[in-house]
Order: sequence, then structure tokens, then C-alpha cells
Amino acid sequence: MHSSLRQSMAWLHTWSGVIVGWVLFFVFVTGTAGYFQYEITRWMQPERPLVQKTPSDAAATERMLGLALDRLEQVAPGAANWRITLPHESLAPRGWQDFSIRWEEVPPEGHDFGATGSEQLDPVSGDLAAAGPEPRDTAGGRGLYRMHYALHYVPYTWGYYIVGVCTMLMLLAIVSGVITHKKIFKDFFTFRPGKGQRSWLDAHNAISVMALPFFLMITYSGLVFFLFTYMPAGRDVLYGSDPQSEEAFYDELFDRNKVKLAITRPAAKLAPLVAKAEGEWGPGSVRSVEVAAFEGQPQTVTVHRVYGGSLDFWNAPHMRFDAQTGEALPPEPRTGGEAGLTQSVLFNLHEGLFAGVWGRWVYFVAGLLGCAMIGTGLVLWTVKRRKHHLASGREGAEDLGVRLVETLNVATIAGLPLAVAAYFLANRLLPIDLADRGAWEFHSLFAVWLGALFYALSRPLARAWVELLWGSCAAYALVPVLNALTTDKHLGKTLPAGDWVLAGFDLTMWGMAALLAMMAVKVQRRLTVPARPQPVPMAGTALEEGAA
Amino acid sequence: MSTTMAKKGVLTAGYRWRVASRVAAAALGGYALASAATVFLSLLWPAPKAQAVLWATMLSFAIYTVAVIWVIHTSSLKRAWAGMVLGTLVLSMLAWWLKSGGAA
Repeated sequence: MHSSLRQSMAWLHTWSGVIVGWVLFFVFVTGTAGYFQYEITRWMQPERPLVQKTPSDAAATERMLGLALDRLEQVAPGAANWRITLPHESLAPRGWQDFSIRWEEVPPEGHDFGATGSEQLDPVSGDLAAAGPEPRDTAGGRGLYRMHYALHYVPYTWGYYIVGVCTMLMLLAIVSGVITHKKIFKDFFTFRPGKGQRSWLDAHNAISVMALPFFLMITYSGLVFFLFTYMPAGRDVLYGSDPQSEEAFYDELFDRNKVKLAITRPAAKLAPLVAKAEGEWGPGSVRSVEVAAFEGQPQTVTVHRVYGGSLDFWNAPHMRFDAQTGEALPPEPRTGGEAGLTQSVLFNLHEGLFAGVWGRWVYFVAGLLGCAMIGTGLVLWTVKRRKHHLASGREGAEDLGVRLVETLNVATIAGLPLAVAAYFLANRLLPIDLADRGAWEFHSLFAVWLGALFYALSRPLARAWVELLWGSCAAYALVPVLNALTTDKHLGKTLPAGDWVLAGFDLTMWGMAALLAMMAVKVQRRLTVPARPQPVPMAGTALEEGAA
Repeated sequence: MSTTMAKKGVLTAGYRWRVASRVAAAALGGYALASAATVFLSLLWPAPKAQAVLWATMLSFAIYTVAVIWVIHTSSLKRAWAGMVLGTLVLSMLAWWLKSGGAA
């Protein structure tokens, strides 16, 4: 007897999903927040001033370039390269970037990189820019973002491996889910609310199909991020597995065998070069000017355009000039070949840095749909099991496995959002001078999550769902209120100032509260009007073996 | 047949072992096969060496996925293990032959 492909794939889908569902839910929640990591960090440092953009004209640019060179000559003579950042609106890191300089010393013998330094300068006087109020110590948006691939409380490498295994199982769950799905397009338009298991199945199907391309892309590209960690065989056999071989591999792939030499102040005037680039790309489009020297080549000045406008995000256009004569040189060829380009595109699709503000909202919503897909899938598992359990005539005995999954579901799906809200609340409530403050923000998140688990264990399941959802809703609603009580960067100030990063964060918190309230109402309604029990066959949930 | 077993609510020890064995064939056997395929493709791919390695490794997760699906679906446990072991052996030997200059 052979099971059909659909049945064996249903088995694979069910088990690959349920084993790692909670880790994936955590990865999706923190990763989705990561699409706004710069905005979250800024909100978590309310000491930073409201945004002030000071675009520069040609005269200001010329003055800044001169001031920067004077300062670089003074602090970093004989460095391997100098970089002057001109004020501009940036996509990565997102937001307005002020005038600053950065340098890299000539690397010591046998090293690829030298020590670096950077300074923020006053665009008028060229003195070190007046340091604003010291922002509070916070783990910030980066803290949330980082957890989606490295987890927390475990060494990096464990985090990478655990998330990798879970991601691989997610890829399997997606592919087997598509195969097992009889009527993928028909089901997309099928939703039968208020019908117990059918509704959960419909919701799970609709959500999964809706953002299927996103899920496939995000999962596969997630694996490609750490590809040699997960699949070292090819590189190990062709190059070797020691660090030197790894180095040799990347040197060959990206052609980075160039030897860095000490530079001197360029004889060519920089302002006309920047003007030439702006003429090509438009005003305010120059990100930075870099002076560098490599063995066997004339010293160069490279003018870099701001990032964006391409899926090959990190390879924004540039113009290269001879540092002595100002003569145009051909641009650096792109390294890595088609393979390198393909990998960059996968990275950039995953990170979404190229996306403007509306594109990022699309990513955010797609990420929330991912949370919903995983959440509905986990709930569906328990609903099916419970029904099966009752049908097999064991009403009395509670099944330990089902109860465990149900508890973890409540604690994660309703409890993790609460824990993330606690992360934001802790940022405002913890004493400013607390040692390791950023670490305590993480501890707050995990303490609340653990609390949610105990809560779920101690309450009847249905009550735990409703109460934790309402609790999360209240916590998000409270965030902007607490912000107004503890800082001067609240909606009353940020909205009139048009600071959409700070105002947007507070408004999004209320949006999250509204979303959780909707979920709470839905679950509550479901519980007061119990769905009629429907016998559902268990076809396709056990792995077929030709034994019977 | 699994559905009957599920209806009776009894999962025999034999059934459990067969599932465990099949999962091992999928996870470990599939990984070995994907690794061998990655090395083989790295050597075969008509691109500069480093790029060929990158191409093959990027594809390896798709190969692993297909291998796991095949193991879970194939009719018998013996076939599942045989497929993974033989596939890995053949690909490894081809890779060894290519690496030792056989293709030159």
C-alpha cells in the first residue's frame, strides 16, 4: 500500500511545522520588527534631538570638503584611506546623515584591515561637532533584529545553527505545504468563518498563499545568509576549512588582493569632482568622497552616490578620479560575478534596505502575515489533535502532548507580543544609569515571556488566550502614554514637528494594540459560542509505512 | 496503514522505529547527499572556481529539500536509505574523479 504524495507531504508539513513553530514565530516577530530597527533605536534613545535636516549648497559642500581634508591631514596623516561623508538622506543606516569623517590606517603586515577612526565635525567651523546629550544605554531596534538570527542567551554559533535548522524545516514545511495543497488557488478564495477547524484551516491557507512568494524568498535567502556555516562541503573540499583558506576563497571571489598604501592630501580640488557627480545624479545625491591608494595604481578620489534604486543595493554607482590630476578614471568593476550578484540580490530582498518607507511597510505587513501563518498553523495542529483525541474515546484523560502544544501556543502567540511591548516599556522605566541597561531590556522581555508561560499553565486554556491577548493589547496601548509621561519626545511634540519616525513609532504601537484587540474579541466570541463539533478524519497526518 | 493505526490510537514500537529511521534517512542521508552534490556541482560549474562554489552552495538547500521530500515519500524504508547512500557514493566518486583531474 502506498500513500499518496499528498498524504506523505501532509505528514511532513505537519511535523516540520510543529517542531519548530515557536522558534519560527519568535524569528518572525523579531525579524519583522527588524524592518524598522533604525526607527526603533531612535525611539529608544529619546535624548537624541528631533530630526533636523540641513541640506548643503555648493558653497557649503566646498567648505566642508576643505575642512574635512584639513582635519584628516591633522588626525590621520599617512592613513590608507580617508572618507568624507556629506550630509544626505540615507537608506542604510536609515535617516539623515550628518557631515563626518572616517579613516583607516595602513594595515599591519599580513593584515587586510587597519585601525579605523571617525569624527563628527561642525559643518561651519570644522571643529568637533558639539556632542548632544548622551543617549541612554539601550539594546535598541538592533537588539530585536539581531535575535532573529542569533537568538539570545546562547553563543552566536549555537544561535546560527538553531535558527538554520528551523529555517530548513520551514522551507520543507512551505514546499510540502504547497504540494499537499489540493486547490491552492480555489482555497485562497475560500473562507468559512465560525466553523471551528475548517475556519482555522481556511485562515491558515489564505494567509500562507497570500504571501507565499515572500515566505519562500525570506526562508531561502535566510539560509543563503549563512550558507557556508550550514553547507561548508563545497568550499571545504575546493579550498580547505581553515581560516586562511576561507580568506583565500573570499579574496578570489571578490578580487580583494589589493595592497593598501599610505595616502597624501590630493592635489586635485574635490569640489568640482562632487559637482560633476551631482550633475549626473542630482543634487544631494552624493553620500561620500573617499581618498585611497593601492599598490600599482595612482592615488584615487572616489565619489559615491547614496544607496538605493537597485537590488544590487551595496554597489551604488560611483565615479573615480586621479587624486593628483582630477582626471576621470574608469569605475571599479563589480566583483563576485553572476554568483556574487545573485547572492547580493538574495540578501537585499531579505533585508529590504532598498525599500522606501512604503516598501518597508509592505515588508512589515508580509512579516506579520508570516507570524499569522505560523500562529494559525500551530493552533490548527492542536484543534485537529484535540478532535482526534476526543473521537478516539479518551475524553477523560488529558493528552500531555496536546496540552503542551496548547500551552506553548498561548504563551508564544499571545505572550511574545506582550514580551516585546515589555521591552519597549522597560526602555522607559529602567533607571537611566542602571549598569548594563541594554541587557536588562532583554531580561525584561524574556521575564515577561516566561511569566506568560506560567500564566498559561495556571489558567484554563481559553481564559489564558483571551486574557493574555487583552494584556498585550493594553501593554501596546500604554507605550505611547508612558512615553509622554517620561520623555519630551511624545506625540504632542513629534506630530507638530513632522518627525514621522518618532510619531510613527507611537502610532504603530496603537495600531498593534488595535490588532491585538481584534484578535482578543475574535477569540472571545469563539469561546462564548462554541462551534458544533465536526468529526474530521485524520487522513494524512500519520506517516504511511507499507507495513499494514 | 497509518490511518487505521491512528483510529485505534495505537502506535506500535515498530512503527515508531520506522518513522525514526526514515527521519534519519531524510535529515542525515539527505544532508550527506546535498553535501556531495554541492562538491560535485562546484567542480562541474562552468564559472571561475570561487563563483562555482558559491553557485553550488546557494543551490544546495534546494537539493536538500528535494532529497528530504523524496525520502519521506518513497514507498519503502529500504529504498529511502539506498537512494541516499548510493546517491552520495556516486556523487562523491564523480567529484573525486573531477578533482583528481579526470575531466581534464
